[in-house]
Amino acid sequence: MSPQMIDRLSQACLDTLFMVGVSAGIAVLAGLPLALFLVTSGPGGIFPAPRANRVVGTLVNGFRAVPFIVLLVALIPFTRLVAGTTIGVWAAIVPLSVSATPFFARIAEVSLREVDAGLIEAAQSIGCRRRHILLHVLLPEALPGILGGLTITVVTMIGASAMAGAVGAGGLGDVAIRYGYQRFDTTVMLAVIAILIALVCLVQFAGDTAVRRLRAR
Amino acid sequence: MARAMAGLAFDNLRDAGAWIARGASRPAARDARAGQDVRQTGGRGAGTVRFEGVTKTFQAASGAVRALDGIDLAIPAGAIFGIIGRSGAGKSSLLRTVNRLEEPSAGRVLIDGEPIGALDTAGLVALRRRIGMIFQHFNLLAAKTVRQNVALPLAVAGVPRAEIGRRVDEALRLVGLEAKAEAYPSRLSGGQKQRVGIARALVSRPEILLCDEATSALDPETTLQILTLLRDINRRFGITIVLITHEMSVIREICTDVVVLEQGRAVESGPVWRVFGAPEHPATRALLEPLTRGLPDDLAARLRPNPAPGAEALLRITCSGAAPDLSALTEAAGAPVRLLQAGIERIQGRAVGRMLIAVAGTEAAERLVARADGIAIERIGYVAADD
Repeated sequence: MSPQMIDRLSQACLDTLFMVGVSAGIAVLAGLPLALFLVTSGPGGIFPAPRANRVVGTLVNGFRAVPFIVLLVALIPFTRLVAGTTIGVWAAIVPLSVSATPFFARIAEVSLREVDAGLIEAAQSIGCRRRHILLHVLLPEALPGILGGLTITVVTMIGASAMAGAVGAGGLGDVAIRYGYQRFDTTVMLAVIAILIALVCLVQFAGDTAVRRLRAR
Repeated sequence: MARAMAGLAFDNLRDAGAWIARGASRPAARDARAGQDVRQTGGRGAGTVRFEGVTKTFQAASGAVRALDGIDLAIPAGAIFGIIGRSGAGKSSLLRTVNRLEEPSAGRVLIDGEPIGALDTAGLVALRRRIGMIFQHFNLLAAKTVRQNVALPLAVAGVPRAEIGRRVDEALRLVGLEAKAEAYPSRLSGGQKQRVGIARALVSRPEILLCDEATSALDPETTLQILTLLRDINRRFGITIVLITHEMSVIREICTDVVVLEQGRAVESGPVWRVFGAPEHPATRALLEPLTRGLPDDLAARLRPNPAPGAEALLRITCSGAAPDLSALTEAAGAPVRLLQAGIERIQGRAVGRMLIAVAGTEAAERLVARADGIAIERIGYVAADD
């Protein structure tokens, strides 16, 4: 492999990490409130709003139904509005975040739903208001599950980010397609695959360790 | 341990003094609480609960289900009030109306004379800080340490940090768990978890403590320890305790008063000694069955309805309040009286239970039944005296 190719690979690696990192941050910031809303606004929840719950639930399903590569293209006007451009890393971050947010929200929702109703009842019985229940019961008790869900989300996003080349955002997937596939450079292809595997393993390991630490309490 | 389970009569005799002492010391306990009131952060009532026509209807697949059906009850301050019934009788629903975890469909609940149904959110939160609650499965927060769990009621009430520290220490000392303050609940045994639950319930110094099957997930020995702790808390602070259980032994162990629920209705209520000594409703009798000694198998096999030459008459004496004078029985019968089986317990200082006696001869038995004033005697039958 030429030194330029190694440069190209390391730049691609950084691009991927940047895209996934920023998008994952946005997905958490937007997805967690969404998950809390989905859990607490259902019938019998602490903030019951069944109609809004149904609307949001349907929207989340809608976004999850659209394949990422389609979303990437379909969101171009929105991307231009938000990022001011339709090419480059920032242009990829918008659809990545839009795609990862409902995904993460559904996974976090499952963890939040698993918090024992008895704990919420106990919190109510000691005079907790609803915000206290979010802060002291739902979020901390569901945290191991939420972190596990975040791991899954990030791994999925690393995969999805390979398509970011379609908007000229670069990244590992883009290098693999342009050099490995279109120029028949098997070495590059293998290198990208190795880096992706290492990346995913690292993320999974970090996530698993964090979850294990929390559960070991 | 034996006391916690079916229990031998003699074990409870030891406690008789304590029971009597408790009755006498009740006003003293209130005085102690008056002293305690000085340390209260907020105003504190006496801790009475009144149910007026409380009804709860659920919508089930099979139609409307009445979980509670016109419950009228008054729980005095300082009582340990037991709610018992089969599963599905409405015990849990009734208990939960006290702090409005359950809203009645009709009727009202009054705490210290104040109806709680109309309270707004702030009022309800304030009310719940006056009512502690402990649960069958403890419901401790797994992500918080013992200290953080116990501190939570104060933290969400905005109590200053220094005072929280002091009161949490005090509560943990009360339940004997100072050493576990920094542990997570998953490291604790069931009994320790329930102690944390009790500390959490008491840290805001409530006037009422609700216990929702608080000992049902514990082994008999731990059950007894927790019950002893609850009784101690009741005596020291005069806190009214309302507990639900399906175990009659729990009621017998610590309650002063009891109500029996059957299909959402209060079918029998009163002081424990009276309800246990002379149960009137079939539901109460059914619940008491495991604690009651039946006719021993060998006697049951030989039991005959009619007298035969040389047969002994079997009589059952039921005590509900006073212990029978055994020499008076012999005197009344004018013949030897043999005690075959007995299970007399002291509940709240009163003798409660049943005795099985044998009297030689029909006439002697008739004399005994006729002359026994104020003693409930029933004829069981006759057995040949071959033993």
